[in-house]
Amino acid sequence: MPVEVAQQPEASPLGAGVRAGLPFVLPTLALGVSFGVLAEPVMGAIAPILMSIVVFAGAAQFAALSVLAAAGGAGAAILAGLLMNARFLPMGFAAAPSLRGRALRRAAEGQAVVDASWAIAHRSDGTFDRGVLLGATIPQACGWISGTAIGVFGGSALADPEKLGIDAIFPAFYLALLFEEGGSRRGLAVALIGGAITLSLMSFVPAGLAVIAAAVAALIGLRRT
Amino acid sequence: MTEVWATIAALCAGTVAIKATGPLALGGRQPSERTFAVVSLFAPALLAALVVYETLSDGHDGLVVDARVIGVVTAATALVLRAPIAVVVLGAAVATAAARALGA
Repeated sequence: MPVEVAQQPEASPLGAGVRAGLPFVLPTLALGVSFGVLAEPVMGAIAPILMSIVVFAGAAQFAALSVLAAAGGAGAAILAGLLMNARFLPMGFAAAPSLRGRALRRAAEGQAVVDASWAIAHRSDGTFDRGVLLGATIPQACGWISGTAIGVFGGSALADPEKLGIDAIFPAFYLALLFEEGGSRRGLAVALIGGAITLSLMSFVPAGLAVIAAAVAALIGLRRT
Repeated sequence: MTEVWATIAALCAGTVAIKATGPLALGGRQPSERTFAVVSLFAPALLAALVVYETLSDGHDGLVVDARVIGVVTAATALVLRAPIAVVVLGAAVATAAARALGA
């Protein structure tokens, strides 16, 4: 049964969270530029920038864009994007007890959950540092949105993003977050199983489904140590 | 263009709803110990899944092995050497770009 608020370690101040997020500005900026460059021919100038502001989820935006670019239709694009973001459901449950305030405020704070902030705010005892979770998202939002604008308006001056290897930034970014999680043996086992689940599914099911299915690997946590 | 705007609107609403669900459903309650043990392992599971997907996706629900693999191996090497994240991601991009320039 759920128990009433267990002791959460003290949260960092927001400013410390912002500083913790600064190293992610460059990668999110580069990814934003590549999104802007690839989206402009499909979506025009305004839509990609607005999308980066209101959707603010890189992997989902790329997934939806690839469907739209292939003339796959809005329905399939929405499904691809939402499946990709389905991972924020378990991530939101994990972070929820560390947020503050009444329901609406908690729901609003939950919007700050993005991969990097969530990963670096994750403490080794399983709780989350709220200051890092909220603060680290701010510089990433700046990087992602301004990067998108640079890509949209400066895209013609840039070479093909693939030629610059920008598409390798995403996996490198996630690998860095995985490293930062640190390695208990159990965490390593879960990472290997999760990766294997995605690898084995990704040729057969929509990409987002292959990603969220990896969460099943976390059930290993039910085993006694 | 209608399709573009419909996609943006639906993804915005859907993403907000997805992110709000956990905080709304749980509030400030602490999950049980067993739930907690599972939930705290979502990070390695999902991050590893994203590494695999972003390395091998062909962008259309398929799988392809290309120069990104060289970038990811470079990133892993940089991480083992405790390089900062900017070096890790730039190293991955440069290695991938170099591999592509050489025809990989």
